[in-house]
Amino acid sequence: MTQLLSFIKKEFKHVFRDKKTLLMLFGLPTIQILLFGFALTNEIKNTRVAILDYAQDNISKELISKIDNSKYFDIISNVKTEQELESEFRKGNAKIAIVFPAGLEGELQHNKKSTIQLIADASDPNSATTISNYFNNIIHDYNGLKISKSPPPMQILAETKMLYNPELKGAPNFVPGVIALVLMLVCTMMSSVSIVKEKELGTMEILLVSPFKPIFIIVSKLMPYMIISIFNLIIILVMSVTLLDLEIKGSIMLLIFASTLFILTSLAIGLLISTTAKTQQSAMMISLTGMLLPTLLLTGFMFPIENMPLPLKLLSNIVPSRWFFIIIKNVMLKGLGIGSIWKQLLILSGMCAFLLRVSIKKFKIRLQ
Amino acid sequence: MIRSFYFILEKEFKQMMRSKGLVRMLIMMPVIQLLILPMAANYSIKNISLAVVDNDHSEYSRKMIHKITSSGYFKLTAFCRNSQEAFKEVENDHADLILEIPKNFEKNLVRENNQKLSVQINAIEGVKAGLSGGYLANIITDFNSDIRTRWVQSQGVDEPALVSVAPVNWYNRYMNYYLFIIPGILVTLITGIGMLQTSFNMVKEKEIGTIEQINVTPVKKQAFILGKMVPYFVLSALVFVIGQIVSYLFYNIHSVGSYLTVFVGMCAFLFSLQGFGLLLSTYAESQQQAMSLGFFFMNILNMMSGLYTSIDSMPMWAKVMTGSFPLSHFIRVMRMVMLKGSSIAEVGDHLLIMVGLGIIFNTWAVLHYQKRS
Repeated sequence: MTQLLSFIKKEFKHVFRDKKTLLMLFGLPTIQILLFGFALTNEIKNTRVAILDYAQDNISKELISKIDNSKYFDIISNVKTEQELESEFRKGNAKIAIVFPAGLEGELQHNKKSTIQLIADASDPNSATTISNYFNNIIHDYNGLKISKSPPPMQILAETKMLYNPELKGAPNFVPGVIALVLMLVCTMMSSVSIVKEKELGTMEILLVSPFKPIFIIVSKLMPYMIISIFNLIIILVMSVTLLDLEIKGSIMLLIFASTLFILTSLAIGLLISTTAKTQQSAMMISLTGMLLPTLLLTGFMFPIENMPLPLKLLSNIVPSRWFFIIIKNVMLKGLGIGSIWKQLLILSGMCAFLLRVSIKKFKIRLQ
Repeated sequence: MIRSFYFILEKEFKQMMRSKGLVRMLIMMPVIQLLILPMAANYSIKNISLAVVDNDHSEYSRKMIHKITSSGYFKLTAFCRNSQEAFKEVENDHADLILEIPKNFEKNLVRENNQKLSVQINAIEGVKAGLSGGYLANIITDFNSDIRTRWVQSQGVDEPALVSVAPVNWYNRYMNYYLFIIPGILVTLITGIGMLQTSFNMVKEKEIGTIEQINVTPVKKQAFILGKMVPYFVLSALVFVIGQIVSYLFYNIHSVGSYLTVFVGMCAFLFSLQGFGLLLSTYAESQQQAMSLGFFFMNILNMMSGLYTSIDSMPMWAKVMTGSFPLSHFIRVMRMVMLKGSSIAEVGDHLLIMVGLGIIFNTWAVLHYQKRS
């Protein structure tokens, strides 16, 4: 036991001596939370608009001032010809253009109908759709207020309520994702690289010929990363609550329990990678492509899983972070209890037990 | 100088090619990712699951529900008797959206001229919630004007004069999400090689100690550094070309603008990116450090690159920050040239910034690199 303790102490010293790595390990989640909270937003505003006004009448002037006053649009230029318009698009200056045809007002009076053209740079289809919707709303308002003086008959008003995240902030979706990502990074990547490092430098041999049991080597190697992960988790949670005004609605104990389970699973994966990789470089590449990318892609926090084709949907089932993500979302954001997540917890425990068993068994006591 | 550079280059290429597994992985992984990623990153929102609570059971309510479900965006997953039941569906992730139609919906609409509907959306995923709310609102507005037109005609009242909008989508007429996402993904794929592997390769010699052997030779540090960078430049360029071929073959994406411009952009990008990788390597002592440093910056670069979120919507300080990252500039260049056919003059600003950043990073790295430990 004292042997184990002294080994754990040695590993801690190793990890904590490397100040730069440590700084990055704690700096990454901090910066990510800050960026997700304050810089990245899914809301689309300040869209750059180019105006091509052939009409030059009251209606076009009124509409232009309405567009200018909206927080969604910034008018950046008034162009004279279609050619100029196209070059504004190609230089990336404008995202949409509004074309007012000649004789707009006259046509409206005579035909009771007139059409203005909205040209959207649809390179990004989703934001093009959203921007068109915003613009339609402006025209809708204008029609309602200006042209037909009385309120239109038979008005259906949809009262929309956004559940769990009324301001449509990016944070509620990203924070659970950041937690999963950071835990994966610290546990899987860092632990596998640190074990392979001993192999690469040849010090693993010395450890293996010592009377020290292999299982103790594993425990002492993984311990520091486990502690760092738990610290990281606490930092992320505290920052989300204090800086991002995100409320933890469910039980914190449940959250920490599930996270520990996930940390153990990730450590087991790191151990497994270290048994197959020979160099640090390849350990990193395997963790990066084999674990980190699936975590990013198939967890559901960047891209909705239900949109994916069937093979990817099936594949997502074996990604541990997918289940962990559901657990955090349900406990933290929806405030649900163990009743709603027992299935996910069970799957995660199964994965954890399986991976630990396999990786410990595969951990070679000989080098060749 | 030229001769020693040539030898270093030969050594580096030999070393790189000797680790066959690594090279194979470096080339294969991006191809696999390019095949899988766009499928996973499909952000076009459809199949939004809808729970309906219809308290009215009138002709209008049925027609409206039919109009919503036949739009292609929504699929009806639950018909609930009350809002509690519907809310349970949202909690269990069986429904994203609840539409509740009040009692006497049709009667009140005709009699009192207006009627409210309640829509509740699971907004944990902000983008999805916003878009699905928008779709639903559009369909309801459509339905509204349908019934209104019919009513107005039956009453013989004058139709009001209306301004309407004719939307046109340029550069991506069929709103193909792949066209938007793949050029960007291609950039992130070569970022991993260009930045991480460059700094790794450098630090490895430090960690193993062979750098000292080179330091005592008359090889100039510029020649040594250049010799270290060229192989990974070639590898990144190779992966980039393969990526272009894959996206042409599998997604039928070809550049509207000139490929030469794309390639010039790539050179400027790799110049600045490798410079950054080099800079990181001069600050790292071990591979683990290089990795965590590289990973730290790659994450921030990726997040702020505008690949997934719009740069226009960022606050001013974040825009300035993004402006100093080569990644966001090259993603812009790629999208402008490949989708809109922008010419080299039209993307000139971005190219100049990338080259400028490259000069800064490289000079800084060379100055900071010392031929002694």
